[in-house]
Amino acid sequence: MNNHINVAFAGNPNCGKTTLFNAYTGAKLKVANWPGVTVEKKEGAAKYRDLDFKLVDLPGIYSLTSYTMEEKLSRQYILEDDVDVIVDVVDASSLERNLYLTIQLIELGKPMVLALNMMDIVEERGMEIDLHRLPEMLGIPVVPVSARKRTGLEVLLHAVAHHKDCLPHGFEHHHEQGSHPHPHHEEYAMVYSDEIEDKLDLIIERLQNAYPDMVNYRWHAIKLLENDQEMIKKYPIQTADILDRSYESDIINQKYDFIHEIISEVLVNKEEKSAGTDKIDRVLTHRIWGVPIFLAIMAVVFFLTFTVGDWLKGYFEEGVGLVSAGVLQFLEAIHTGAMVQSLVVDGVIAGVGGVLTFLPNIFILFLALAFLEDSGYMSRVAYIMDGIMGKIGLSGRAFIPMLLGFGCSVPAVMASRALEDRRDRLRTILVTPFMSCSARLPVYVLLSSMFFGKYAMLAAYSMYIIGAVVAILVELVVSKVDKSAGGHTLLIELPEYKTPNGRTIAIYVWEKVKDYLTRAGTVIFVASVILWFLLNFGVTGLVDDMSQSFAAMAGKWLVPVMAPAGLGYWQVVVALISGIAAKEVVVSSMSVLYGITNIASETGMAQLAGVLAQSGFTALNAYSMMLFCLLYVPCIATIATIKRETASWKWTLGAVLLQLGTAWVVSVLFYQIGRLILG
Amino acid sequence: MTLSEGSIGRSYRIGRISLEEQVTRRLEMLGMTEGTDVQVLNKKRNGPMIIKVRGTRFALGRNFARGIYLEGNSHE
Repeated sequence: MNNHINVAFAGNPNCGKTTLFNAYTGAKLKVANWPGVTVEKKEGAAKYRDLDFKLVDLPGIYSLTSYTMEEKLSRQYILEDDVDVIVDVVDASSLERNLYLTIQLIELGKPMVLALNMMDIVEERGMEIDLHRLPEMLGIPVVPVSARKRTGLEVLLHAVAHHKDCLPHGFEHHHEQGSHPHPHHEEYAMVYSDEIEDKLDLIIERLQNAYPDMVNYRWHAIKLLENDQEMIKKYPIQTADILDRSYESDIINQKYDFIHEIISEVLVNKEEKSAGTDKIDRVLTHRIWGVPIFLAIMAVVFFLTFTVGDWLKGYFEEGVGLVSAGVLQFLEAIHTGAMVQSLVVDGVIAGVGGVLTFLPNIFILFLALAFLEDSGYMSRVAYIMDGIMGKIGLSGRAFIPMLLGFGCSVPAVMASRALEDRRDRLRTILVTPFMSCSARLPVYVLLSSMFFGKYAMLAAYSMYIIGAVVAILVELVVSKVDKSAGGHTLLIELPEYKTPNGRTIAIYVWEKVKDYLTRAGTVIFVASVILWFLLNFGVTGLVDDMSQSFAAMAGKWLVPVMAPAGLGYWQVVVALISGIAAKEVVVSSMSVLYGITNIASETGMAQLAGVLAQSGFTALNAYSMMLFCLLYVPCIATIATIKRETASWKWTLGAVLLQLGTAWVVSVLFYQIGRLILG
Repeated sequence: MTLSEGSIGRSYRIGRISLEEQVTRRLEMLGMTEGTDVQVLNKKRNGPMIIKVRGTRFALGRNFARGIYLEGNSHE
């Protein structure tokens, strides 16, 4: 099809690529994983005149080596799939570093347009970029855009449409005039030293003989000269006589030499005014105040989550109550049997509805996390925490997955991939689930509002601190056992601070909310229905007394194990087991187990508190249950992610057992000591 | 001297990098090649530092900073 163009968005992390991508697609984007790996693949569509664009957002990368999954995948996608045009998004305020990827992308030999983002920051700093000289030196068109102010968007698509058949072409080379002519080099923007070019020519000749169908010999030859392990395996040729060593370092250095030349010609008035970022950093990354400020920010985040979230939650409860009453009325009106009524009202609405009412809390939490990430603060946290993390043999960067764990353990475990060292990665994955995820929040809110009155917020907040402390203590033990632990190996870019972009945040939060709703409609729905059956059927068939049901039998069997933790109630045990499907299910299970429709409302809680109190379940038991929920086995989705990321059943099983054991020990200790003190 | 001994507010020139092969390549790819100017923006005692290289800020752990040797004298 002629009017259909496939566009791949490539660029460094923090270059505004996702903001630009979102500016075109809005919330209408398809998020999936790249085949075989857990790297997110975002796809969207755009229209310009009579042309249809399919846009693919590649992961943010700094180069195109085979060291990381993201980089391997990006280059493979561009080379092997039908990408018509690459849009290279470049942060103009960090042009020098960004051009390194640009030059590598040009070498892939596909039609390409450079989108020069964040020009406003460049101007603010009193700098100027020569927009005529830059495309001349690179051999590709350059379009200035502002993803935030939404300018230049149409011009960029226009350029993409026009250049889909134009390959990059270099013109005059000021750099590295060779001692002998290489006439064919006029096609390339980047020409290396004679030594390297001669070797490239030799390798290309051999590749042409061995692989007549290969696209872009020059790129493959460069990769072989860089000693790229993937390419060596994929296209083995005899190179021992050419490759006396790895030329990777030389190639990197020469690329930067070329970039330096570009910068000195293109960047006018390089006198930088003191950037706002440095002023903000003087406070936020302060030697002494950095950590307290970070803790204060997190306290505000959770304060908002609980107060604003709870206030909004009231309206949701009313909604669930109305739906529940309406449905019951409807079912009675059409004369359905009592069993169907029970299944729908006590099973589905109680379960799913109970979880849905917590949506506002979760919404606020993700909003805050999105704000921290988009403003540029998140990477500073790695710097601030590096000292403390270094004491337990981890890099400060390991703290970012842990922080993301407050949102959801699944992306948090995936985020550990950014760590350079495999052992660091495994250790981070091990403790990330201890960070209290948003799905556990409903459990705390429910139990603490029932038992801790005006201290409810404090009780819930303490869970987050205990989770973090347990994570750090476990790491401390691990680092004592594993003496080889490194630490102090932080390496992370600190982007410019910026006002968070409304659209980017809205889309980020919407993705998470959608995810939560989907879970309520699928996993939690199914779990509620299954639980209802297990609770209403026993060996004798349909049972009137729930304590004769299958679920009760299973629960009772584990009661002796859980009794030392003050959790020796079969209902509680059943709720905890079902929580492995998803942590919110603990709440929905409690409502199904105790037959309370609107569990998160005041009347619902009073009802449940009454029933629990009768069986001797006090505030002490409630807090012990919160502790257990915080620390025990993560949900199925997290376990699956741990398995994928570690690629080891041994590690996965080990992590699960460690968490289960920690949960049991901590809640037993708490309950027993608490009983002694309270007499 | 190595980068870890650099003081806040001063600029230096990167010399030889003596770290693990892969880490060295990573640093080079991010623009920390031999002969490049580096400015120390912030640092914690026995902790990480914030540097600026080719217009980009990076947080750098102590053990990495110790492997980056500097050339010549510092300048303001």
